[in-house]
Amino acid sequence: MRERLLADLRAMWRIRMFEEKTTSLCQSGDIKGSVHLCSGQEAGPVGACGALADGDVVFATYRGHGWAIAKGAPLRAMFAELLGRATGVNGGRGGSAFLSAPEYGFLGENSIVGGGVPHAVGAALAGRHDGSGRLALTVFGDGAMNQGAVHEAMNFAAMADLPVLFVCENNRYSELTPIRDMVRNERLTDRATALGIPAYRIDGNSPAVIRDTVADLAEAAREGGGPAFVELTTQRLVGHYVGDVQQYRGRDELEEDMRAEPVARAVRELTEAGVPDADIAAAEAAVRAEVEEAAAAALADPPADPAGVREHIYG
Amino acid sequence: MAEQTVTVNYSGAVNAALRRCLTDVPETLLYGEDVARPGGVHGVTRGLWKDFGDRVFDTPISESAILGTAVGAAMMGRRPIVEIMWADFFLVALDQMVNQAANVRYVSGGRLTAPLVVRTQQGNSPGACAQHSQNLEAIFLHTPGLRVAMPSTPQDAYDIMVSAVYCDDPVIVIDNRTLYFGAKEPVVTGRPPAPAGGSRPRRTGDALTVVTWGAITHRVLEAADQLAGRSVPVTVIETPWLNPFDTAAVIDSVNRTGGKLAVVHEANATAGFGAEVVTRVAEAGALRGRPLRIAVPDARIPAAPQLAAALIPDSDRIAAELAGLARS
Repeated sequence: MRERLLADLRAMWRIRMFEEKTTSLCQSGDIKGSVHLCSGQEAGPVGACGALADGDVVFATYRGHGWAIAKGAPLRAMFAELLGRATGVNGGRGGSAFLSAPEYGFLGENSIVGGGVPHAVGAALAGRHDGSGRLALTVFGDGAMNQGAVHEAMNFAAMADLPVLFVCENNRYSELTPIRDMVRNERLTDRATALGIPAYRIDGNSPAVIRDTVADLAEAAREGGGPAFVELTTQRLVGHYVGDVQQYRGRDELEEDMRAEPVARAVRELTEAGVPDADIAAAEAAVRAEVEEAAAAALADPPADPAGVREHIYG
Repeated sequence: MAEQTVTVNYSGAVNAALRRCLTDVPETLLYGEDVARPGGVHGVTRGLWKDFGDRVFDTPISESAILGTAVGAAMMGRRPIVEIMWADFFLVALDQMVNQAANVRYVSGGRLTAPLVVRTQQGNSPGACAQHSQNLEAIFLHTPGLRVAMPSTPQDAYDIMVSAVYCDDPVIVIDNRTLYFGAKEPVVTGRPPAPAGGSRPRRTGDALTVVTWGAITHRVLEAADQLAGRSVPVTVIETPWLNPFDTAAVIDSVNRTGGKLAVVHEANATAGFGAEVVTRVAEAGALRGRPLRIAVPDARIPAAPQLAAALIPDSDRIAAELAGLARS
């Protein structure tokens, strides 16, 4: 139990520290362009990816660094991608918001809100015909619940009984606007149940709860039960993008979120379980060293070579 | 598959090509609105669902889901063939072609591909409204990463569908529904799939070169035959593949027809692909004098047949304009 929680904390720290280092690399000017961080939302990828099997695939959004890392994408290649290096997971072609690591079953971020959701349904459809029976998980935010493609994809999966897990990370903000202001019915799970898809609203700050739920739903989906929908109640500790000053959010709310967020919570729980502070600190230092080393290596990697910029447009 | 000649109309040729691909390429799937049990709103896919089980199925009226699932399935190794019932309906789901399908190969550096085929049909037919009449090929030709073809004969309808299925890129094959139930013709089936691309010299003459594609090709050929009878022999090059486009054949022909070039398409003139063809020939230094674009003027398409006919070039108008260019 304690070992599991400590492992979850390490996995969440890898993501959190990746995002923190990314922020500093944005501020130093090494990373160019819009960057969307998942700080505060680490429990989702750590919990859900822990319940997936080899061969299962994940389709995420532009706030997807954590999902790529949880699926196993190497930190150095992730940093390198954001830095426009040849060694990036996409050789600099994807960038922060549109990267993929197919070797690890991470089929991509998507910088169009909801744009990747139908792809997951197609991946599950392919799995029905290629004998793999693969499960596809697609993760998106509360804002994507108001996208037509998401509803079309959910209904398609339901119609065809496909093994797709639709995971909605509800961080309460659709980019810069509260989701509650953009809907009349705040129960997002109702959208799924209306389509005949079983839907669950769960604690999005607990890797264990998420892992157990996803494991159960994945098993049911693999056995022919069709798709399921999970809403993770969570929070974004940072703005929509690096540099977003978040004038739309109150200080009290942020303080509350800092208490609820999964990394601080896991530290608290481990302390309460009797794990010595020194052990926790040692684990934190080890992850930080790993992240710093990966960033340093990526910074020293060669820039992407423009000589190949027109390759791979067609086969 | 053994080579065999069958006698079919355009619709039958597409059906035969789909049947062949579903038989020979186990990765194929065929789906879209009303394509399975109903056999398609124009009957093109009739009967296929009976022989290929759940690889041929009907979908909700959800173009984003049709195209988006095709992208995802193709990324995982399938070769989906999906139908967008009317090209106009593409516009509700353009994200999945322009932002999604076209980027798969490039952004992944070739580690992921999206070998899907989208079948659709477009153009005006008598009484069709403004949202069922547009010619939208230029939108897709403006999008690197996509392949586009517009056949006009049963043989090309067959060959191009087979080539599209074997192509490793996303391919949009655009039919014109007025062609579906034309005359039956001998169509050679079972030949090895040709690579995408190429053009079809349809008439030969030294007065000028006409480049055209899609259903209006038939009007251009009528016009060319009229002109031949008036001692104005023109070369007609049909380019059923628009991407890849056979630029070299066009330039070569223009060089052999005194630098005179006309392009004819049913799409609107402004930013139509004809403008691109003219530019490529001009850039090659092959153009002499003024080029000619014959196209639908920049108007919406009205439903009443006599109103639409006032906009869409017929063979008489095409012949008159070509004769003017030949004299210039």
